[in-house]
Amino acid sequence: MADVVLDGVGKVYPDGTRAVDTLDLSVTDGEFLVLVGPSGCGKTTALRMVAGLEDISEGTVRIGDRVVNRVPSRDRDVAMVFQSYALYPHLNVRDNIGFGLRLRKMPKAEIDQRVLEAARTLGLEEHLHRKPRQLSGGQRQRVAMGRAIVRRPQAFLMDEPLSNLDAKLRVQMRAQIARLTRDLGVTTLYVTHDQVEAMTLGDRVAVMRKGVLQQVAPPQELYDRPVNLFVAGFIGSPAMNLFSGSLESRAEPNDPKDAADGPLSVRIGSQRLHLPPELLAARPALRYYVDREVIVGIRPEDLYDLADEEAPFARDRDPEGAVLTAETDLVESMGSEVHVHVRLDAPPAVTADVQELAADVGNEDQVPDPRTASTEVVARFGPRTRVREGDTARLRVATDRMHFFDPETGLSVRMRENS
Amino acid sequence: MSATVTAPTEPTDGPEVSDGGIKRGLASRIVARTGGGLVSVGLVLVALFWLMPTFGLLVSSLRDPKEMDGSGWWKVFSSPGQLTWDNYDSLLSNDDMMRAFFNTIWITVPSTVLVILIGSFAAYAFAWLEFPGRDWLFLVVVGLLVVPVQVALIPIAKLYGDTHLFGTITGVVLFHVAFGLPFAVFLLRNYFAGIPRDLLEAARMDGGTDLTIFFRVVLPLGLPAIASLAIFQFLWVWNDMLVALIYADTDSAPLTVALQSQSRAFGSNIEVLAPGAFLSLIVPLMVFFAFQRYFVQGVMAGAVK
Ligand SMILES: Nc1ncnc2c1ncn2[C@@H]1O[C@H](COP(=O)(O)OP(=O)(O)OP(=O)(O)O)[C@@H](O)[C@H]1O
Ligand SMILES: [Mg+2]
Repeated sequence: MADVVLDGVGKVYPDGTRAVDTLDLSVTDGEFLVLVGPSGCGKTTALRMVAGLEDISEGTVRIGDRVVNRVPSRDRDVAMVFQSYALYPHLNVRDNIGFGLRLRKMPKAEIDQRVLEAARTLGLEEHLHRKPRQLSGGQRQRVAMGRAIVRRPQAFLMDEPLSNLDAKLRVQMRAQIARLTRDLGVTTLYVTHDQVEAMTLGDRVAVMRKGVLQQVAPPQELYDRPVNLFVAGFIGSPAMNLFSGSLESRAEPNDPKDAADGPLSVRIGSQRLHLPPELLAARPALRYYVDREVIVGIRPEDLYDLADEEAPFARDRDPEGAVLTAETDLVESMGSEVHVHVRLDAPPAVTADVQELAADVGNEDQVPDPRTASTEVVARFGPRTRVREGDTARLRVATDRMHFFDPETGLSVRMRENS
Repeated sequence: MSATVTAPTEPTDGPEVSDGGIKRGLASRIVARTGGGLVSVGLVLVALFWLMPTFGLLVSSLRDPKEMDGSGWWKVFSSPGQLTWDNYDSLLSNDDMMRAFFNTIWITVPSTVLVILIGSFAAYAFAWLEFPGRDWLFLVVVGLLVVPVQVALIPIAKLYGDTHLFGTITGVVLFHVAFGLPFAVFLLRNYFAGIPRDLLEAARMDGGTDLTIFFRVVLPLGLPAIASLAIFQFLWVWNDMLVALIYADTDSAPLTVALQSQSRAFGSNIEVLAPGAFLSLIVPLMVFFAFQRYFVQGVMAGAVK
């Protein structure tokens, strides 16, 4: 087992497409790192460069203590699980799993023993004599996994291994992959565009966009502290609500405390939220934005239904500066939760990022129009909420968990260096 | 079997435009209409019609030569006593014919094997290796497909004269290989190119070199194409007379040439001609049936999805 380190790796395809741009990424020994990002952002390309299936245009890839730029795939000692599974159709399951060992001239008895072991781990013993065409999708997927684990490689590379399975099977296989890689303790680089997979599987998650790495962090940190608008909008479903607002000082005109250390609030359309001191302590750079525009981000679950007795904050009857009132557009019940869409009279955050993100995700028509000066905001309420379409909802905001981004750079407003 | 039998899977409403509204071909519509019954009968009739002359040749080759001049082969049905192995006995003891038979084999088998071997290597390279000018080179090979054999006859005869290949089996084989290769490369390259890239990459990750990938993945998956190529090439060479007439001499002449020289004296030696012709016909048939089992559909099934 070994670590995998990408150092300034770039890829320019012969037709001039730059698919990966100076990517620095290190997967430590035994770590499960997920590479996630919208379609076409260069995840597969990055993975294939580690696999040796694609030439490395710039930078170096190191596996263990070897720089492998010039090492052919077969000598890199990594195993790959393909999105298509890529099973050898003319070989049965036993020979598919044992193929790599046979090419490495391992003694037959040992091959048989290892194949059996892998098949047992994956529950494939009864199917060893079958050809791939006689297997179900899930079984094929497991054969593809078996082919990787039987070799006991330095690292696993997986390119969207679950995307061909139906939703239920995907959840099962996701759990199986998590268990398997944890038990084996193999360094794994896993590519997906599914953020649920990324969050549940990864020890750390690397978010890429247009060939550029945005942030690498453990899932919870990625969720709680996205470094920029892109990560904020990409991770989380329903996505973080983003709209533009402006910061104001709440100090009296002749109060010695002013914008530098006095209380602040953020104006969102015609309403106002107070910034709690904890938030200002965590994001000191916010003070530079007083009387300037910022992009405000609120996660749907940080909006609570004030009318719901069971919701948190329900007892807090004096939430001054922590409530937004808005017209309810749409109520979607998910069973365990209810998504309430409300309309806020703040201008939407139409940055280049937002536009591209919408285009990346494939719904250009959802790019908000800044002229309407109103934004649809999604709140995630408990199943007992009594909010109905057309009602005016009172939303309690967990103001200490608000996010702020610079409208120009899209970067999260956090430390002083940011501005 | 009758025309009223309909296939149970056929949808009853609008059979012409199933498959997502795409109009199917005439033939498949006919098959759908008749449930295959009538078509099967038709196919059997065509096959019988095609077999008739072959059968006639077989019977003739088994008849007493004295009877052959006067009556048609169907007379054996009324007098089966005419049947005899004598013609085959004399064929086997006819040195010229036997030598020609073995010459044919010595020409055909290497010509077929070499074309498949070289052709599949080249096809793999054209399909899956990256080298400068690959596609242009392939276009040249495709262009060679339309070069008629006739334009090469004289230059190659000259070349063979200089290199002492004239009149040798080697010379004939080389000619057949050279002219068989463009089609072989063309056919196999296109087939190999259809193998999913992921499969070959998986094999590379599994530790395969180009050579092991070729032998363990590409060749097994290419069997249907290779089998059809083998049959084409085998038939073409086995039945060739033009090339053999020009480049072979009496010692290296194949069956086609030997039969031709026998038939000049037709009538006096039909007892050699008939069994000889049958012999030259039955071998390719056997080859066809031997390779037929490789014509399976869906060899790639289950590989990628
Ligand atoms: N062989 C190639 N030649 C030229 N451009 C390519 C090639 N392969 C990929 N690209 C381009 O490189 C970019 C990154 O592609 P890549 O396949 O790595 O994306 P991805 O992140 O894996 O996307 P997806 O989630 O859709 O699989 C894309 O813009 C793609 O069009
Ligand atoms: Mg991809």
